Amino acid sequence: MHITVNDEARDVTADALDAILLELGYGNSKVATALDGAFVPAARRAQTRVADGARLEILAPMQGG
Amino acid sequence: MQFYGETLSSRLMLGTAQYDSPAILADSVRAAAPGVVTVSLRRESANKLAGQAFWSLVSDMGVPVLPNTAGCHGVREAVTTAQMAREVFGTDWIKLEVIGEADTLQPDVFGLVEAARILTDDGFKVFPYCTEDLVAAERLLRAGCEVLMPWGAPIGSGKGLNNVFGLRALRAHFPDTPLVIDAGIGRPSHATMAFELGYDAVLINTAVAKSGDPVGMAHAFRLACEAGLLAHAADLMEERDMAVPSTPVLGRAVLA
Repeated sequence: MHITVNDEARDVTADALDAILLELGYGNSKVATALDGAFVPAARRAQTRVADGARLEILAPMQGG
Repeated sequence: MQFYGETLSSRLMLGTAQYDSPAILADSVRAAAPGVVTVSLRRESANKLAGQAFWSLVSDMGVPVLPNTAGCHGVREAVTTAQMAREVFGTDWIKLEVIGEADTLQPDVFGLVEAARILTDDGFKVFPYCTEDLVAAERLLRAGCEVLMPWGAPIGSGKGLNNVFGLRALRAHFPDTPLVIDAGIGRPSHATMAFELGYDAVLINTAVAKSGDPVGMAHAFRLACEAGLLAHAADLMEERDMAVPSTPVLGRAVLA
């Protein structure tokens, strides 16, 4: 399945969001996710199915002013 | 002074961006002893996991965090970013930025009010980055904000308090609302002046991070904030247009 992760094209085999994060190598990192512009809480990742062509944003803490 | 029912250990809020190294950031935070540090969210690469190292550094500082929605130009984008920040940082405090103009990074006060209402309805405690506009400020309070964060000058400009008259009017109109100068402070004396005007806190980032000695400058800002706060509490003298001798005239010898 082709999806876009942080604006980069990626191929993944899993379709549940939590499994996709593992497949991409995020492990148990402290990240927040948004699918097609909508926030997906960590508690809902397991039941969130990701469709072909979806846009996934994976964000983490960063310096800020 | 309380911010959403919480008393901060210091009225200085410090940004964590633009330092030359994590060590300089950590030392600067120690020197400034801020009440909160501001943080943000950015895309995380699975190869680098840079955000994890940064979060470890910030956690070790033991200072409360205030996440921001920096870089957001629309309501939906800002609301989604705030939701993501709440989960990652474990706080319902959010410094809400909805930018309306790219050159000055001036807030879009219309989008700001709309986003603030959505977020306060969702349980967030919103710190809105706004201007000194009294009408926008009133709308933000009606939207549920209990703190206002007007700019002193454009973000990163270091120009200080550009509109002292407007900031003084804002203070006078909202005597019971915590007011924080959020942007534009370039020198410790600017921070002192904000407190002398009766402002409750200042948020500083570039002025410390991009100085020649961030740790030294962080210390200077810490003292400047304390000086301004003490000066305001001690009630400043009234300005006068004409000179008035401070040394008593009575008893002066006639020697001419």
